[in-house]
Amino acid sequence: MALSWRMAVDSYAFLPRAFRPMYEAAPQHDHAPAWADFDTPLSEARVGLLSSAGIYLADGQEPFDVERERREPTWGDPTLRVVPNDVTQSQIDATHLHINTADLLADMNVAMPIDRLNELAGDGTIGSPAPEHYSVMGYQETGAEVWRTITGPEIAARCHAADIDALILAPA
Amino acid sequence: MPVLARVIEASGIPTVTVTMMPVMAQKYRASRVLGVQFPFGHAFGDIGNVDLQMQTLRAALDLLASATDPETRVDLDATWPGDPKQAYKDWQPAEASPIVAHSIEQIRRARRDSR
Repeated sequence: MALSWRMAVDSYAFLPRAFRPMYEAAPQHDHAPAWADFDTPLSEARVGLLSSAGIYLADGQEPFDVERERREPTWGDPTLRVVPNDVTQSQIDATHLHINTADLLADMNVAMPIDRLNELAGDGTIGSPAPEHYSVMGYQETGAEVWRTITGPEIAARCHAADIDALILAPA
Repeated sequence: MPVLARVIEASGIPTVTVTMMPVMAQKYRASRVLGVQFPFGHAFGDIGNVDLQMQTLRAALDLLASATDPETRVDLDATWPGDPKQAYKDWQPAEASPIVAHSIEQIRRARRDSR
């Protein structure tokens, strides 16, 4: 596997051109970066996933509230869905008004690679997959206040309760 | 998503953000950033492409294990396996999202009012 240590990815390659000025104008935050040392050997680590692709369990979980978003276009559902590690593709559904979800409904691993994570646990690359993974819907109102004060702390608390050593986040 | 990364990392859980917009993750000063030049909704690759999904996930884990300083960015040396122009069309929803439709309407209204 080849990794590039130079910055080669064009962040705007797949973004509609009309949106680019908005992202370019976004300010650089001046807060100090948060940092937690990863001091567990990878082969012993319990690793979890967090996706913002709007994934939920078709049986037993509420879809993300896109009807309210249609009524209030500046609002996005800030709530959390918990996805068990033994989930199967047929149990997955998704609601997201900003991306086409067809591919992840055919193969969740494009956005939440649970199968790949389990394979890496099987070959000893990681210690174990987390018993649960986390799903949110990525369009949020400006400031993402609920994510900052409720959803984020809820995910963090669940990670600690599940003895998760690291979390891989994937914005949709 | 950078908001969540920050809260979770501050609680003591190390995070890696796998993103097609690494420049935005950097603006929010995310701890560890893996840039991928993939269409939105496909942070780990395309459907059924086990090798690419695994390459991306392994790169995220390598970054987790190797980064020693905050705001470390690595870009995945992989290109989208399909036609990027088609992928650009395919990732987008069939209908404009509510905020995009709302913004377009506001622009039209402003133009009408200015006449």
